[in-house]
Amino acid sequence: MAIYLLRRVGFIALTLLLASIIIFAATQLLPGDVAQVMLGQFATPEAVANLRQELGLDRPAHAQYLDWLRGFVSGDWGESMVSRQPVRPLVMGRVRNSAMLAGLALVFYVPVGILLGVIAALRKEKGADQLISGLSMAFVGLPEFVTGLLLISAFAFGLALLPANSSIAPSTSFREAFRYLVLPAVTVSLTSLGYVTRMTRASTIDVLGADYVRAADLKGLPRGQVLGRHVLRNSLLPTVTVVAMGIGYLIGGLIVTEQVYGYPGLGRLLVYGIQRRDVVLVQACSMVVVTVYSLSNLIADLLYSVLNPRIRYR
Amino acid sequence: MIRKAPEAMAESAGLEIRDLTVSYRTESGPLHTVRGVSLSIAPGEIYGLVGESGSGKTTLARAVVRYLPANGRIDGGSVRLDGVELLELPRKRVRSIWGARITMVHQDPGAAVNPSIPIGEQIAETVRVHLRMSRRQAAAAALEMLSRVRMPDPAAAARRYAHQLSGGQLQRVLIAIALSTNPRLLIMDEPTTALDVTTEAVILDLVRDLLSEYRTAVLYITHNLGVVARVCRRVGVLYAGELVEEGSVRDVFKQMLHPYTLGLLGSVPRVDVDKRDIVLNTIPGYIPRPDNLPAGCVFAPRCRGAEDACRAARPPLVAAEAAHLTACRRWQALRRSPGAFAALQKRREFVEPTAGPVVLEANNVRKYFPVSGVGLLELIRHGRPRVRAVDDISVRVRKSFTMGIVGESSCGKTTLARCIAGLEEATAGEFLLEGQPLPRTVARRSPALLRRIQMVFQNPDASLNPQVTAGASVARPLVLLGRMSRKSIERRIQELFEAVNLPQDYIRRLPHELSGGEKQRVAIARAFATDPALMICDEPISSLDVSVQASLMNLLAELQDSKGTSYLFISHDLAAVRHLSDWIAVIYLGRLWEIGSAVDVFAPPQHPYTEALLSALPIPDPEARQKRIRLRGSVPSAVNVPGGCRFHTRCPRKLGEICETEEPPWREHGRWHRICCHIPIEGLLRLQQAGGA
Repeated sequence: MAIYLLRRVGFIALTLLLASIIIFAATQLLPGDVAQVMLGQFATPEAVANLRQELGLDRPAHAQYLDWLRGFVSGDWGESMVSRQPVRPLVMGRVRNSAMLAGLALVFYVPVGILLGVIAALRKEKGADQLISGLSMAFVGLPEFVTGLLLISAFAFGLALLPANSSIAPSTSFREAFRYLVLPAVTVSLTSLGYVTRMTRASTIDVLGADYVRAADLKGLPRGQVLGRHVLRNSLLPTVTVVAMGIGYLIGGLIVTEQVYGYPGLGRLLVYGIQRRDVVLVQACSMVVVTVYSLSNLIADLLYSVLNPRIRYR
Repeated sequence: MIRKAPEAMAESAGLEIRDLTVSYRTESGPLHTVRGVSLSIAPGEIYGLVGESGSGKTTLARAVVRYLPANGRIDGGSVRLDGVELLELPRKRVRSIWGARITMVHQDPGAAVNPSIPIGEQIAETVRVHLRMSRRQAAAAALEMLSRVRMPDPAAAARRYAHQLSGGQLQRVLIAIALSTNPRLLIMDEPTTALDVTTEAVILDLVRDLLSEYRTAVLYITHNLGVVARVCRRVGVLYAGELVEEGSVRDVFKQMLHPYTLGLLGSVPRVDVDKRDIVLNTIPGYIPRPDNLPAGCVFAPRCRGAEDACRAARPPLVAAEAAHLTACRRWQALRRSPGAFAALQKRREFVEPTAGPVVLEANNVRKYFPVSGVGLLELIRHGRPRVRAVDDISVRVRKSFTMGIVGESSCGKTTLARCIAGLEEATAGEFLLEGQPLPRTVARRSPALLRRIQMVFQNPDASLNPQVTAGASVARPLVLLGRMSRKSIERRIQELFEAVNLPQDYIRRLPHELSGGEKQRVAIARAFATDPALMICDEPISSLDVSVQASLMNLLAELQDSKGTSYLFISHDLAAVRHLSDWIAVIYLGRLWEIGSAVDVFAPPQHPYTEALLSALPIPDPEARQKRIRLRGSVPSAVNVPGGCRFHTRCPRKLGEICETEEPPWREHGRWHRICCHIPIEGLLRLQQAGGA
């Protein structure tokens, strides 16, 4: 297990390294020039050249990359090219906000999705199942900017229960922010909720038909014990994978949802950075996204091995 | 029929089934799958219920435990356990009877054990629920049960998971669970069908010995008549949802009073005679579907002795003798002259096994598979490990002869067949077909060579394209490998369908419109299309019912006679191999251990492994005297094969150190019979003729 863990961590390091090269290369390819953007349309070529030199943009790409990588690893993520502020505290603040949003979403959609999936499986092909299956299909299909607008018009404008705009101050505490988090969290959840529901339903139906569940029934165990120990323990395995994959999807979903609600999270910061050609900011945000994604996959695999005795990593 | 008065029944112990009728609701109307079945099992008795697929035996069992699928319904009758009517129990109470008073052991032990709960806990949870034991007591009880089912190292086994145990060990676990609450009724549904013959024998011994210590009534369901003869005292024969004969195993097997029983027993190949002596008995036609039952006796359409009166009205089950019931109205005629009810058993002409040119020569064949997922450290230390599936095997097949290959599962027999067929590239070895060198893969073989080797696979559902008609499937090799006009292909297909006894209108049918046996006939016709010199049959009959197996074996023997084709016949069923083969090769862990004529291999002197295989085989004769030689454990991994003689870890006749360190020599017995063992021929003869281990 220890060797496996080491290997996985090494693999993640390699992934991050490759990702950093790709991210760096991609940001170099962004159309437009940060110096030009900063100085505006009417700047003289000399002024632009001066600024380029000041920012280190005239040096060869690989030297820029190595400098940036060294800084990134040692915790110096550089200064925003636009605001001239250190990027790290800015990004980390936004990470906290996004984590609050994503965490709330996870806490909502994982249990609800599993519950709905199990109910649908137990009521297979009956009314409840058809309702749940239909809804989850719709959730999977609808993009966030549609569900977001629908939720806003229903709960913010229609019922006036929750705020339509979530553009809170960046360091608001969770308690204070909660009201503003509900609608974005639900919005970002729906697609993943659909996936979790459908996966749980399918695997639970599968396991309900397994010989060992029949055997457990015929052992005379109480129905609850059959469901809890014999069915769910096995049927939730694929769901764990879906949830982990979902975290990657969640991050993508955050970008759109944060935009819709004006929520100050990582996604919105990334979009802002791209709009301003703030290469340093974009690089930092992207690296954080890749890291979160890799770690969540690792956690999923470890969880899977704990739940499934057939997989013991070497 | 003897019927007890109701008040007497209330006090009777054991299981009492009266006139049980079960149906399934389907879109095309109800299917009455079990009709009016009555039987009783006393405490401590093992009752065998025999039937082919479609006979309703599993439905009967599920109705008894009230575990029918949602569309199943019990239409009438009564099921009493120790006088308590089970069919009137409220749903809630039924669950409290499951696992406590009634337990069940299922067919596929690998699937019936939960993969993510340790074995010991799966026994303990039953005990906790029903016997209200504490966690500690229950864990101790689980250990006690594991040692009762003779699980090696029970304490370690209790902590293991399903995937860490072999099939035989898992079946022990299921038996341990089933007996842990000392139930009043145990239902075993084909408990050994998924196991190897050697493991089956050990489990059957366990069932017989262990159950004699319990006062449990046992309903033992199986299609295997040999298994019934070994473990049961009484037997009921189920056909198309009705009980057609019931009696003691001795009476039913030796003096059967129903033509179906006669047909079934006649269709099982025997180890003392073979295709040269007899043609297997077959039952013409098919078991009727419950929605298309004949008006009279359910067996009449397939019965050779049926009269008009048989077809007019359904005969009742009558007591022909004390404790011997039959549903045949002509049982007296059957007893007088069984020959009138059975198929003709003609003798066939045959040639001496030495004659004929060699068709296939395979020399020193090896096939190693790489093992994936190995750690870097192990790789450096030991090199890349390999599964030595076939490890230096040489065989020859002569013209119009059958070479049978036997061995337990994963002994390498299928890999050998696939290497010869060219589907798998042999790691090393040389193949000659009719004297010509044969390249190792299909891709490098010329069409002319491909025409000469064909193959029939185990599962006809998977080997026939479901989208293509039977005729088109048979035409495929003709189109690919032969330059024939459309007209002559059509004519050839007609010939082939006739040769495999399929009506001409089957040419246009799709696979799903055919039964399992018919599909396999189409696969055989396809294999014969290009007139092969060698046909490789990999378990061609294993997935079929007993009576269908018999007709296919007859067909294979007939075709060999008329066409002079040689067969390489692979099967785990020793009786089938014995029946069809002239020559037999015994394989264990990728090596050959004994080779010789069928008669030689099935009589002493034998390799100890052959001897063990043979003594494990369940023979459908309650009076058969068999040695009781049982192999310990299961086949070792082909990655780390034991040194010396590979069989020494399980050999009941192991000599000592020499077996662990030195490879045994080949010993000759007569001209054709060869055995690879450290024990000399005379020694084997002495040991084996003395009998017993």
